Parts: sequence; structure tokens; C-alpha cells
Amino acid sequence: MKYIDEFRDGDLARGLSAAIRQIADPARRYHFMEFCGGHTHAISRYGVSDLLPDNVRMIHGPGCPVCVLPIGRVDMAIRLALECGVILCTYGDTLRVPASDSLSLMKAKARGGDIRMVYSSADALKIAQANPDKQVVFFAIGFETTTPPTAVAIKQARALGLKNFSVLCCHVLTPSAISTILESPEVRQWGTVPLDGFIGPAHVSTIIGSRPYEFFAEEYRKPVVIAGFEPLDVMQAILMLVKQVNDGRAVVENEFSRAVTRDGNVKAQNLVAEVFELRRQFEWRGLNVVPYSGLRIRKEFADFDAEKRFPVAYVSVTDNKACECGAILRGVKKPQDCKIFGTVCTPENPVGSCMVSSEGACAAHYTYGRYKDFQ
Amino acid sequence: MSEVKRGYVRPLDIKNGRIDLSHGSGGRAMAQLIEELFAAAFDNEFLRQGNDGALLPVPTGGRMVMAVDAHVVSPLFFPGGDIGCLSVHGTINDVAVMGAKPLWLSASFILEEGFPLADLKRIVDSMAAAAKEAGVPIVTGDTKVVEQGKGDGVFITTTGVGIVPEGVNLSGDLAQPGDRILISGTLGDHGMAIMAERESLGFSAPIQSDTAALHGLIETLLTSGAKVRVLRDPTRGGLATTLNEIARQSKVGMMLQEKALPVNPEVAAACEFLGLDPLYVANEGKLVVIVAAEDEEKALAAMRAHPLGQRAVAVGSVHEDPHHFVQMTTAFGGKRIVDWLTGEQLPRIC
Amino acid sequence: MCLALPCRIVAIDGENATIDVSGMKKDISLALMDDATVGDYVIVHVGYALTKLDPEEAEKTLALFAEMGEAALHEAAREIH
Repeated sequence: MKYIDEFRDGDLARGLSAAIRQIADPARRYHFMEFCGGHTHAISRYGVSDLLPDNVRMIHGPGCPVCVLPIGRVDMAIRLALECGVILCTYGDTLRVPASDSLSLMKAKARGGDIRMVYSSADALKIAQANPDKQVVFFAIGFETTTPPTAVAIKQARALGLKNFSVLCCHVLTPSAISTILESPEVRQWGTVPLDGFIGPAHVSTIIGSRPYEFFAEEYRKPVVIAGFEPLDVMQAILMLVKQVNDGRAVVENEFSRAVTRDGNVKAQNLVAEVFELRRQFEWRGLNVVPYSGLRIRKEFADFDAEKRFPVAYVSVTDNKACECGAILRGVKKPQDCKIFGTVCTPENPVGSCMVSSEGACAAHYTYGRYKDFQ
Repeated sequence: MSEVKRGYVRPLDIKNGRIDLSHGSGGRAMAQLIEELFAAAFDNEFLRQGNDGALLPVPTGGRMVMAVDAHVVSPLFFPGGDIGCLSVHGTINDVAVMGAKPLWLSASFILEEGFPLADLKRIVDSMAAAAKEAGVPIVTGDTKVVEQGKGDGVFITTTGVGIVPEGVNLSGDLAQPGDRILISGTLGDHGMAIMAERESLGFSAPIQSDTAALHGLIETLLTSGAKVRVLRDPTRGGLATTLNEIARQSKVGMMLQEKALPVNPEVAAACEFLGLDPLYVANEGKLVVIVAAEDEEKALAAMRAHPLGQRAVAVGSVHEDPHHFVQMTTAFGGKRIVDWLTGEQLPRIC
Repeated sequence: MCLALPCRIVAIDGENATIDVSGMKKDISLALMDDATVGDYVIVHVGYALTKLDPEEAEKTLALFAEMGEAALHEAAREIH
């Protein structure tokens, strides 16, 4: 596959591994957070950590929209299906997220809910057109990469005059999450997070551009390198971060230059701004309430807002007390530090957000890396 | 008016007819369905006995293997096959991986009211052709009909029997440290062919299911004299699941080389697109072989000489591991484990 | 997050396109992009093209990997002797 396989080349990996080893100062440790779940997945799936020197450590961040989706939001989707009788269209990722009353979307389907997996928001529109006498709700999750497709669907629904299509909007924003990690008061409880820099998300950045990260670099004096999703991209980004740290610089660099520009995709940004606005605050699973971090549908498009059309209100549900996801998402603890990791909490029976999606720190470690715990 | 011939029985309307409840009630309609459709297609000396059970000669020597498999695949027809030939191949393979020569099959059909007879005939003819090609007759069967909405068109369950000759001993708990792991061909073809047909995912790819009867390939392998410990066909859950099962049964660990895994480019692309891992995607015509290290070349040569084993390749080794992990050296150079499948592999956005 | 893939556009029909990756084809939407043409590589996420992939930058990036790697391996080899 062009532009994919070349970026997974094992020989080039060995070279970059040597390069990192050479410039990493043996007298210090480096801690970098890869914000995005896709990077967590790539690191685990390709065993990138094995190619890094011992003093360079990757900390997995909260950039997995499934992991940070609060239970209460999934409950709303389930209620829409079971109590309001809608056709609930959702991405595959959310089907197994455990919600309240021992339910998940998949289990609700088994109870008779008309819950359908779709690959694209456009598919949800097609379902609405094909079923004019039923209400169709699209469960819209995701960061800035996935938001523009929802905006397009809503505009198309309006253009088509659809009366039976609406969206349960749970879109969240990347920069706010990064701020929260660096700023939140709970960090004081656990001690300062030893973060030397960030690997910035790949595809989110194609939309928002590299500009929004300049704030973090300046304000918090932490370098940010935006990296593509392939393992060579990740290694190159780590190399660039180590160099910045050594040089005492803290700027935004773009490793993913083949797809990311400083301005990003302005057309997509405008579409999003047209259809959505910021919520004052939004609850993130594991990070609690984060101001100005989530989107809701503007009143001009209220006709397509499932929260307005149906009587489902958001009810906050707390996570299991034994769950250490909050600390893990902030990079202060590792999955292995959690008492219930791998025993009570497994990918089959996830208790917390980090285990729910294959990209969560706990799931990634369990699925790809737990053999290391026994060595 | 012209004379109607004596003894005229109106034949089944294959072109436009549909299954209805009378076809399962045990009466004339059912008898006609069996006679004109099933028996006509599967025809053999045992079926012609016409009894509730088939009278079969008892083979002497060796041990008997029996296997059963239900087939509920959807869609019923897919590139490279259909539920009919799949049900024949699947059970023949379950018998053959025990080292047995498959002898006979039985087939039970659960038909949904309203199912088109034309489709049923297509499936039955496909089964008949598969059974004939494999040399394994369908000697007895059963038909039931359920109400509309209570079945997915048709479900087929096949049982197979075979005989393991003296001296052949294959079992999932016989893998030993040092053994080599071989695979007979490309991974993930069947599962992705099915996915491509599911129109809700909307992609098209020239991927064919690999459904095939493997007893010929297995015979070639076993007669080569290679010391084979375990044979399995990696169906649901893919190669990863099969290897984890064997590792647990044999109480060993395994190390795979990702670079060695054979995957067709379209299958790799389709998996990449949907966020699936070919290691977990179903195969229906592939063989996993665990063989003594010194016989690796002999086993590969034997398989490659057979049409179904031309792309046979070694993909890893067995070693001591008290935790029974299946590990893999990635093409990138790092390591990971290839864990048990969690739930069902679903396409993802993340 | 954001599983997305570089895909080649093989046909365009208004705001929709057909892409191809190693023989696998899919119809996707170009609603988020302007000026895409047949032959372009685009990054596709949940059925939408997000942006074009710049082939020159891709080559530059790969060349950079090779350069960094070679220099380091040379250095490492030198240090052994």
C-alpha cells in the first residue's frame, strides 16, 4: 500500500533507533506523551518501545474518543434505542462500551434495540432516507477529525428536508484535553506530571492545522511534534522531540508534512463552525469536567439535535472506585499500577475507559504488551 | 383436451417456488422436496437405501473421528463460494485435521419459510459438487422449516466421520518447544470476502473466499513422512485464535515472524481500511501445521507440490513459556503478543 | 484515534469519488475538500477525504528517515572500532 508500507520499513526503523540512541543524553530521562490513541495503538502494535533506549519513555494520553466518552452519554444512546424506538446508528467502536445497568449498545441490541453499525455518517443518512417512517439518530463521537463528517451529514439532512434524522453530538476537542492534562488541580494530588513534550495527533491536525499547538509550546514550554500514524513517523517525532529537549527549545514541529499544514483544512473548519458551537463544559470520562472542550449543535440546526428532539437528559455516572484511569490518562500511573488491571478489568470485561477501546493505554498494554510484565 | 399422462406428478417449481411450512411437515410436499432436490443432487448408494438412517460398512482398524459444524454464514452466496460448499468443506476439514480419511457426511437443513427454491437448488447443487469433488458422499440428511423471521434463509449443519489409520497421532496438545509453525497459504481471504459482500460496509474488492476441502493436501503432507504434531484449520478468529488454542493445549509459547505472514494485498488493504487485523480474520481453506524442526523443508515441499499449498510458508516456532503467550516479532522490528480475540472484530473509526 | 488511510482517487462524480487501495475500492465523499483530481492521493476517514497527501513531502520525509538512520548507523559502527 503506497504511502503506508514505506513508512513501516524495518531497516529504516533500525536507523532511526540508532539515531535516537545516539542523541538521547544517558544522564537524563525523557518522558513524552503521545496524545492520540492511534499513536498508542501504533506504538503497541509495532513494538516501537523495544526500539527506544531505556531512558526514553512514552506515556499514553487520553486521545481516544471512545475511552473518554462518559458512561452517561452511552446511556443516552441506549435509551434512545430502547425507550424511544429510534434506529440508532453508531460507529463500531462504541458497541462494546459498558454503560449503566450492565448494558452496552451491543447488549441493548440483543434486547431488541434497533442499533446499527455504520462506517460513515453518510450511511446513517441513507438509513434515514430508506426508513421515512422511523426516527434515525446518529451517535456522533470523535475528535476534530470526525466532526466535519458529522457537520456535512447535518447540512445534507437539511438540504434533503429530512424530518426523521437527528444527531446525538458527543464531539470533543483536542487542545482542551491537552490543557487539562497540563493544568488540572488533580495533578497536584499526584505530583507534577513529568512530561517533556507531546507527540501531536496526526489526522486531527490535518483538520485543525499545527497552529493551535503553538499555544502549548509557548505557554507551558513543552515541545510538540505532530507525527503521522505510521511507526516510522512516530520514531522520527521522538527523535525530533529529544533534539528539542536537548537544545532547550519548545516549539511546534510538523513531522507529518505530507498531510498537515499550519492552517489545516479551512473548508472543514468552517463547516464545523457553521453547525456546532462550544459547550461551556463537557464531562470526560477519567478527566472529569473540562471547560470548553465539547461541541453541541447550534440552534440554527436544532431540528437535527437529538437532545432537543427526544426526552433524554444527560445523567453523570461515576466510574468504579478501584479504577485508576484518571491517573493513567494523565500519565501519572501505568496500567500495571492499577489493582484491577488484567484481572477484574480486561478487554472482555472493561471496567474503566482505558480498557474499553483497543487504543486505550490499558487495552493496548494488555493486548500487545503484557508479556513484558512477566519478564 | 389432451390426455394427462397417468402417474403425472407436478414437479417442484424451482424457478419461482418458495419454501413453505408444508415442506417441513413430513408429508407429501416434504417427500417431494427431498426426492426432487436433495436426493437427486446428492445421489449415492446409501441415500438410495431410502431409510431414516444410513447403513454403513464398519471400517476395520484405526480409530474413528466424528466432527460436526453448523453453518450460519451471511450472505449465503459470496465470491468463491456459498453456504453449501462451505458446509461440506468445513466438516471434511475438521475430520481431516485429525489425520483421518473422511468417509461420509450427513447434512441437516433448517429452512426459513419463504426461502426461494431457486436459491436452495443453487446451494444444494454446490454441496453436491463439493462432495463429489472431495469423494465424500452425503449419506443421510434432515429438513426442517421454521416460520418467516425465525431463520436467516437457511442454516446447514453437517456431520462427518472418518478413520485415522494406525500410526497417525495428531492432537492439539502435542506441540513441543523447537517445533516449527507452517501455514499453507494466504490469511484472511474468506473473512474479507464476506465483509466485502456486506453492503453496509460498501467496499468492493476482488477477494475470493478460500473455501476448500483440505484432505488431499493433508494426505500429501502426512505421506511425506514429516513428523507432524498438530494440524488445524484456522477458521473463526483466524490464525491468532488457532495458535492461542494450541499454545494453551500444549502448554507452550510461540514466536511468529510478521514478515513471513502471507497476506494478499487486497486483503491487507481492506483490513487496513476497516481497522481489522488479518491474524484474526477467518479462513476456510488453510492449514496450520506444527512440525518437528528437522522436517520443516520436507513438509513445505510436500505442501507446495499440492495446488492448495503452493504458498505454504514457515511463520514461526514453538518455545517454552509458562504463560503460553503467542508472541510476534513485528515487521518493524519490535515485539508484541498476538492475544486471544476480544469479542468480535468490528470495523472501527479509531 | 482517527483511523484514516492514504487512498488514490480513481474516479470523481461531483462531490463523490471512488478510491482505490491495492485493489480495494470504495466510494467516498469529497465534501470536505476542494480541487481534488483523479490520480491524487487523499487521506480518507469515515468515508470522507480530509486532505490531499503531498507526494513531494512524502518523499522528503522518507529521505530524511534514511539520512538520519544512515548517519547514526555510521556513527555507531565507528564507535565500535
